[in-house]
Amino acid sequence: MTATAAVTVDDVTMRFREHTALDGVSTTFARDSITGLLGRNGAGKTTLMQLVTGHRVPTTGSVHVFGASPYENDSVLQDVCFVREGQRYPDHFRVQDALSAAAMLFPNWDADLARSLLRDFDLPAKRTIKKLSRGMTSAVGIIIGLASRAPLTLFDEPYLGLDAVARQLFYDRLIADYAEQPRTVVLSTHLIEEIAPLLERVLLIDRGRVLLDDDAESLRHSAVTVSGPAEHVQAFARRHDLLHAESLGGHTRAVVRVTDGDARQAAADTGLTVEPTNLQQLIVAMSLQTPGERAPLQPAPPADLEEVS
Amino acid sequence: MNEDAGPIFRQVADQIENAIVDGSLAEESQAPSSNELAAFHRINPATAAKGLNQLVADGVLYKRRGVGMFVAPGAREQLLKRRRSEFADQYVRPLMTEAQKLGISPRELTALIADWEDQ
Repeated sequence: MTATAAVTVDDVTMRFREHTALDGVSTTFARDSITGLLGRNGAGKTTLMQLVTGHRVPTTGSVHVFGASPYENDSVLQDVCFVREGQRYPDHFRVQDALSAAAMLFPNWDADLARSLLRDFDLPAKRTIKKLSRGMTSAVGIIIGLASRAPLTLFDEPYLGLDAVARQLFYDRLIADYAEQPRTVVLSTHLIEEIAPLLERVLLIDRGRVLLDDDAESLRHSAVTVSGPAEHVQAFARRHDLLHAESLGGHTRAVVRVTDGDARQAAADTGLTVEPTNLQQLIVAMSLQTPGERAPLQPAPPADLEEVS
Repeated sequence: MNEDAGPIFRQVADQIENAIVDGSLAEESQAPSSNELAAFHRINPATAAKGLNQLVADGVLYKRRGVGMFVAPGAREQLLKRRRSEFADQYVRPLMTEAQKLGISPRELTALIADWEDQ
């Protein structure tokens, strides 16, 4: 794994005074893969991205990008593009100035791609970025992220204010360009359902710790939602890994991680209704669990992971 | 692709199999590439490639180096054979379970199917 890793994070802890933003995080981002960095607000996603892009130094532990420490290391950082949430640009910058600056910064810059994305997103090249709408400013970041063609590209909540059409455009262009020129992409987002099919890996962090670090396809298959009479659901849940449960009267619905393929059939045979659980449902159920505590078999608060900004 | 319907690579493979079974993808014709599948279904190219490789492993597709993947001769017959053998488990079993719940006897069920044919 290490030989093909673009990024290696080894036992990283990051403290800000009293607050521990990351607590013993270890992970790798494989070369030429798309990873979804998921988790609730304040989970530590942005901090992790800042460490990987050399914007911060960990309190303890180490970060390696293409085999070297990224901090103040220009030869590494020219291969890294970080599109930040609410990225700011100098006040007088027009859209085309931001693109020219990026073109100088990134050796693999693809000017044709930038031009065609500018058209796709319908951005006025000569307008001052300050005067753009929220969504249009996000589009500038997305264009830079894609056209940089940086071997490691990180998008941190890249689409504040982007409408559904523009987001679809982003996914389509990301997939098309990634297919043409594979690279390492890390994408943090709350819109899990939208990006799930694009992901190859999922890294879920919660309160600074890694909750899940796995192949997206295995995760998709790893959980089921079972419902039926409370005692049957409980009996099934006891044999597997209960993540979250809600009850209404004598009826219980539970999200359960299963280890063997026969579990679904076994649940169906006892008369339970078995539904597949998608990535978003799994992530929500896991994030609702407090560490070290099993989910109680009783009504739980609504499963809203995140409001969409 | 449907996020709720199990592994996406399996869905990719199923869809190509469907095209072979219904004849829209003829034997010895070229299957879509992983990049084409990725763009069309808006999925990760590695996932699309996994679906294609599954079909190669099953002998449904074969690789021509530097050209792409092609439908193997006899693939359609092979798929039909497999699907017929899976038919009971995938279709008859849920039918029987629901019939049992509703108190429909196997005899009544047989009559229903016979009526269906007449329609």
